[in-house]
This record gives sequence, structure tokens and C-alpha cells, in this order.
Amino acid sequence: MNVTLRVWRQKDARSAGKMVEYKLSDIDEHMSFLEMLDVLNEQLTAADEEPVAFDSDCREGICGMCGVVINGVPHGRGQTTYQTTTCQLHMREFHDGDVIDIEPWRATSFPVIKDLVVDRTAFDRIIAAGGFITAPTGTAPEAHATPVAKADADRAFDAATCIGCGACVAACPNGSAMLFTAAKVTHLGSLPQGQPERRSRALSMVAQHDAEGFGNCTNIGECSAVCPKGIPLEVISRLNRDLYGALTTVRGAELG
Amino acid sequence: MSTTTADTTVTAEDLYTIGAEIHDAKAPLDSPLDKMWGQRKFTAKLVNPSNRRKLNIIIVGTGLAGGAAAASLGEMGYHVLNFCYQDSPRRAHSIAAQGGINAAKNYRNDGDSTYRLFYDTVKGGDYRARETNVYRLAEVSANIIDQCVAQGVPFAREYGGLLDNRSFGGVQVSRTFYARGQTGQQLLIGAYQALERQVAAGTVSMYARHEMQDVIVADGRARGIVVRDMVTGEIQTYYADVVILATGGYGNVFFLSTNAMGSNTTAIWRAHKRGAFFGNPCYTQIHPTCIPQHGEYQSKLTLMSESLRNDGRIWVPKRVEDCSKDPREIPEADRDYYLERIYPSFGNLVPRDIASRQAKYMCDEGRGVGPEVEEVDQATGQKVLRRRGVYLDFADALNRLGHKAVEAKYGNLFDMYQQITGENPYETPMRIYPAVHYTMGGLWVDYDLETTIPGLFCAGEANFADQGANRLGASALMQGLADGYFVLPETIPNYLAGMLRAEPIDDSHPAAQEAIAAVKERTQKLLTIQGSRSVDSFHKELGRIMWEYCGMERREEGLVRAIGLIRDLRADFWTDVKVTGEGVGLNQALERAARLADFLELGELMCIDALQRRESCGGHFRAESKTPDGEALRHDDQFLYVSAWEAAGEDGKPTLHKEPLVYKNIELKTRSYK
Repeated sequence: MNVTLRVWRQKDARSAGKMVEYKLSDIDEHMSFLEMLDVLNEQLTAADEEPVAFDSDCREGICGMCGVVINGVPHGRGQTTYQTTTCQLHMREFHDGDVIDIEPWRATSFPVIKDLVVDRTAFDRIIAAGGFITAPTGTAPEAHATPVAKADADRAFDAATCIGCGACVAACPNGSAMLFTAAKVTHLGSLPQGQPERRSRALSMVAQHDAEGFGNCTNIGECSAVCPKGIPLEVISRLNRDLYGALTTVRGAELG
Repeated sequence: MSTTTADTTVTAEDLYTIGAEIHDAKAPLDSPLDKMWGQRKFTAKLVNPSNRRKLNIIIVGTGLAGGAAAASLGEMGYHVLNFCYQDSPRRAHSIAAQGGINAAKNYRNDGDSTYRLFYDTVKGGDYRARETNVYRLAEVSANIIDQCVAQGVPFAREYGGLLDNRSFGGVQVSRTFYARGQTGQQLLIGAYQALERQVAAGTVSMYARHEMQDVIVADGRARGIVVRDMVTGEIQTYYADVVILATGGYGNVFFLSTNAMGSNTTAIWRAHKRGAFFGNPCYTQIHPTCIPQHGEYQSKLTLMSESLRNDGRIWVPKRVEDCSKDPREIPEADRDYYLERIYPSFGNLVPRDIASRQAKYMCDEGRGVGPEVEEVDQATGQKVLRRRGVYLDFADALNRLGHKAVEAKYGNLFDMYQQITGENPYETPMRIYPAVHYTMGGLWVDYDLETTIPGLFCAGEANFADQGANRLGASALMQGLADGYFVLPETIPNYLAGMLRAEPIDDSHPAAQEAIAAVKERTQKLLTIQGSRSVDSFHKELGRIMWEYCGMERREEGLVRAIGLIRDLRADFWTDVKVTGEGVGLNQALERAARLADFLELGELMCIDALQRRESCGGHFRAESKTPDGEALRHDDQFLYVSAWEAAGEDGKPTLHKEPLVYKNIELKTRSYK
């Protein structure tokens, strides 16, 4: 198939960017979207132009490194019925003659580094603020000492599948990272091991979220709709409940 | 393609020299096996808590080994500088491991024990791993599960709330802990969260998007690294009292593999060039259950967890003429469930190397399925069309367990298969084919995980230590976390205790100046060649050479030919590669070129190692060394050693140092899974 790409090109963080048009022909429908970009880059290299910079690593939908906005939709689900990452999107979802817009994640808290590559280190700082269970190496009790009800373990797992790609932020009109933050709060807060720090965790993570410049949640739900791992909007309700509990009970000293 | 032809008159012995034997001096061999680790821990020197913050540790890599080590050592109070090439430590490729992690908990009461896990791992490695290291691995395996559960890793559980287990390829007990098909992800996120906790505490300084280019060896010790800041392009130096490399495997030397796009050998290869011996480079694992290649443009191969082999049955049509049919229309009587036929006691659960090789043979016979792909026949040199795929069929499991139960166990894997291929595995059998997956080889290390460069340690897949010639399923995650959580935190302080009075070093040291200059020169050279071929075109060609001659089946003349081809390709690369852009700022073409330059050297050493090892063992199968019924034939009388390679000197020949393998606790047997 033949497609026309309109790709965001931006030399570096300080330069202004613009959409640039490229034409590609003889694209195989079994190619992944990123393999299609590889083909584009081979063409650009042959023409002595600089290839389009984009992030990707595992290319099997689990590392969370890839992600671009395709025709206005983060990870660009095309017509597929399931949610997916950009690397798992295939050209069979497109048609001959399609015009495809490709842009980086757009959010104040994710500054563009170059072309389609953005800086998502704000997510690491949100985790560092409290997205963990304090369990120093070597101190762990026997694994079977604390049974975990299967329903709790499953809920924790569903939230823990978040890959930290940032599509939720890119989709949100407020540029909120609440789905990301809430997924971690739900994962750890659903397990007995996560109870001691449950409330301080919610408070610290939300404080960091806000400090990074992410917007607030107004229950729009675009985040969950584009999430490649299907993290449900419900996790934000859980976050709010933990947050409310924390605001009324956690003492200043516990917040460190 | 290169125009020069390979010199086939060279013989293996012309390609390397043999040096002195090498031995591990750290394992307390006079202690009984089950007391050895305890004894080593007891004799290891300690560092007073107040002194720890004065000591700096560089760790390159943030996967299970690197991330766990950084979190643990940071928590102990050392100052850790942790580097990764990805945008976040959470991306390390450990994340892609699907199936599970072994641990000798014996929760199933099915006869498992530390000793049995040790025995299975040594046997699975085809008796080419050290007893001492593997026993320790089995010993700490149970602690890993405890640690991960405490961190909140959501392992699969039974309704009673206790942990679930499953059995995995190559063993007859259920000792594998798992988190659906995303075990690696969950374990890595656990380590990553522990790491971020230390970042917040100020004990770990994180340097993402920083790629190591060289190690600085000053006055005989590893004291720092040279890195390229991938965002600014700046070449920088960092110094410490000890350097740990946990940079994963080098499977991308084959271009197509299940590794991440960025996985590379540069850190360990640069260390090798600075004096670290490279252990068993030719030992690569070809994983049997991957999605077959579908086109020339393909950038990577995707693995389907081998846990699928627990319930899926592998077959090909009995007759060549059935291979293009819809598999559902082929009656039972016309199907060849070849693993169940050849290996009745293990069936579909034979170890990875055997499952892979048998799939290759079926396809070589012309009984493969799926689209025909063009390839060069190794024997005739002619281009041929072959189908490269076998069926992995869940029809029986769906009938026996029901759709819902199969979905609960394998749902995400089935979804992944459907996303990639556009076919629904609940309705039609999956097609699978082997792909490069893991490299058992890596930097040679002793019992403390220290390389032959004092102060340079190596952990996880990047070292050679625990898996022998073949790795059993679910033991890569085990090794990564064992090294990171439990081994390095004991052995690194022992080394650091001797570094309290070490002089600090900086860029003015001649060794640092030399390393910085070398990195800058190499980078500049790559940018100025401005040839006619892209980096990827060279990488794909290297991959084809490696897959054809140093893949699932290796032959003397093929390996010699491959070495010639690689040398020609390397020469072409350094005169004709085209790297666009500049050294300043983000330049992904430059990153890839620098990695490929090292793969082009490593590929040659892999072939030389495969040449000298004229036996079949584990993942290394020499066509000249097989039993009358075609199974791998080891030669314990000649090859019961680790190949530890010293980098080539002026004469261009690497030196082989043999480390004899001593089995005091396990009797060497021929692996039989029949």
C-alpha cells in the first residue's frame, strides 16, 4: 500500500517544530507501524536527510518506551478492537492512500527532546515520591506468611500492568497523569504488604504529580480509552478515596 | 553484499592461541557445597556503615541484576551511580520475560529441593556450568520469592491466597512462580520501585539516556566509565571505587532476535578489549516458541512464552504436500507430533535447544508450515524457498479445559499473537519457529562475580557464569535477581573494604585521558565516513551470516567461512557506513553504528569459540559431533572447560584460557529426554 505521512520534526528542545510530509510506497500490511517508520528512515538516510527520531525498545508492547500520537490518538489504535502500543500496531489497520499524522506526546510535563522523542522522567519522580513498598533487601518474611485473597491479587495485578508509556497524559485534555499515579496506588494499596504506607503513598505521589505540572482529573476518561493495558478509570476513584483518607488522618511527620 | 570472498584455506588453529589455564580463586572449595556460600559470606570483608557513604559504585544497566543491585547497595548506604541507555530504568529488557522464575520452595510437595534445582540447572546447562555458582543460585532462589512478595510483586495465587506454581520446560517438578505472562515485567517493576526509593533517599544517582562507551582501568583497577549523554551528545566521565556491568545479553549480534532494539554488547565488549576475559561467547540460546519471521523489513522477533508448551502440542504434517493446507483440515492421522514421538517421557517439554533443533529439522525436511521464505542452503550455497514454522496447537487444551481456563492462563499471549499475525489462536493453531533469545556467554567472572579486571564486576545475562551451555526456562530471572539482590551485596563490600584508602581519580589520569580520546575518535570516525550504506543494512548482513553459520547448527567449514565474511563486512563497514547527523544532540543512527561496530568484532569471536569447541553441548550444536540417532554428542574428555578469551593483541589473535570444570557432586551424564 502507499501512504502519506505527516511527521512532527523538531531539531531539539529549543527549536520550533513543524509537520513535514513524506510519501511511502509498497508498504506491506504485515509491517508494524514502527517498522514502517524504519523504512522511512532508510529512505531518508539514502537521501542524506536525517532520520526521524523516535523511541522504541522491546517492540513487543511491554517496555513502554515507544508511543506517538497517530491521527490524533495516542498509540493510534486505528480500527483494531483491542488496545495496543504503537509497536504492536500493524499497517493492516490502515488503507492504501491514507494520510497519517504522526506527532509526539503533547504535554507540558513531557518536553520534546527531538522529533517524536519526549522526556518522561517526571513519571520516575512520581514513583520515587512513594510508588513502592519499603522492603529492604534481605528483610522479607517467608512468602507464604501472608496469604493474599485471589481477588485482591488479581486487582493488584490488573493495575500493575501499567507500562508507564504516558499515553494517558497525551490523551488527557488536562495533561493529567492521574491514571498512571492511580494505577500504582491501586496496585500497592490492594495488597496486604502495601497497607502500612497506603495513605502516605497516595499523598506523596499526588503531591509530586502536581509539582511536575500535570493537570488535574476531571473524569473525562480519554486516558483509559487509549491505555494499551486497559487500566480502568476506576483506579482514580481508589486513589481519591486513599487521598481523602490520608488528608484527614496522616500526620505531617509521616509525610517526611 | 560484500564482493570479496572468504578465505576458506584458514584452519581453526590459525585463528587463536592457547594461553595458561584460569581458575576461580574465590569459591571456598574446601567447604562442602551447601556450606560454601555461607563460608564465603563469613570470610568476606565488611565495610563499616559510616564508611559506606564515602564509597562510590558505578552500575551500568537497570534490569533485574543491575536494578536490584543498585537498590540493595544504595540501601546499605553506598553511593551508587546507575546508568541506562533507555529513557527510564523501568524499560530494561528484563521486562519482556514472560514465563516465570524458578525457586526451590517445594510448595507443591513434589520432591523439589535446593539440590534438585541445582541438579536440574547443571544438567539443563549440559554440564558446562560451575557447580559452585549454580548451587548458590539454587540456594538463594527461595529468598528471591520472599523479597519480591514483600515488595508487592503480584504473583499468581490460588483461591486460598497462597502462591501458584507451574512446571516449565526441561523439569518434572512445579517450581515456577509467575505473574500471568508478564513475570519479568512485574519483577522488574518491583526492583525499579526499590531503586526509585533509593533515588529519593539520595543514595542512588540515576543517569538515564546515558550509554557506556568504555571502562577506565587505572593502575590495574576499574575506576570509572566513559559515557555518551544521548540527549546532548556530550562525552562524559564518571568515577567510582568499583564498576559493575549488568548490561544484558548480546543476542542482537544476529540482528533478528527477541532482544530489545537497543540491547547491545558495547559495555562488555569494551571491557573485554580492556582486559576482561570473555567466557563461552558461542553459547547462545535459540528459543523454540517465537512468532515466525514474516518479511525482510522485520525489525525483531517476538517470543511466545514456552509455558505455552505445557498445554499446546507441537506438530507438522506428515506429508510435504499437506504443508500448504489449512491445519484444521489435516486429520489426526496425518499429523506428526514429533516431540511426543521422539521424546515420549518429556514430549513437548524437552529443553529449549532440543525443541528448537527438531523444529529446524522438520522444516529442513520440507515439512514446515506458513509462508515460504527465501534462504541460502548451507550445503549447496543455492537460494531455496522453505517454510519456516511448526504448529503449536491448543485444540486439545481447549476441549479439555475450556476456553475460559485457557484464556485465564494464556490470554495475554494469545492476544499478542493475534495482534502480530492477525490470526486467532483459539481457532487455528499458532505457528512458531525458533529465534535467538538469550546468550549464556558473557564476561568471565569468578565466584564473587568479579571479572579478570580487578574492581570490574559483571552480573546477570552479561556474565557467563550460571547457565552453562544452555539455560533452562525461568532461570534467567532467577539469576538476574540472585546476582542483584543477594550475591553482589555480599561480594562488593569485600572488594570495597580494600578501596577506603584509594586515591580519587579524575580526568587528568593518563588512563582516563586515553579512554576519553579513544571514544571521541571512534565517534568522530563513524560520523565522518559518510559512505553509501545505512547502519541497518550492515547489521542485517551480519545477522544473516551469524544465523546461517553460527546459529542452531554449526560446522567447521561454515564457521571458517563466516569469519572471512565478517572480516570483509567489518572492513566495508569502516569505509562505507553512512551515519547521518552530528555528534551533538540525540543521534540514533550514531548510537546504532557504535553498537554495531562492537557486534562486528564480537561475531568473529563467537565463530572462533564455536570452531574450537568441536563438540555439541547445550545450545552449541556441531553437526560433526552427534550420536547415531542425531542427538548432541559431548566430548567431556576434551571439552570439560569454560573458554575464557583474552582479547586479541597485535597479532590479531585472541588467546584461549581454559578453566577446567570440576564436578564433585554431580555425575556427568548424557542428557536424555526420551
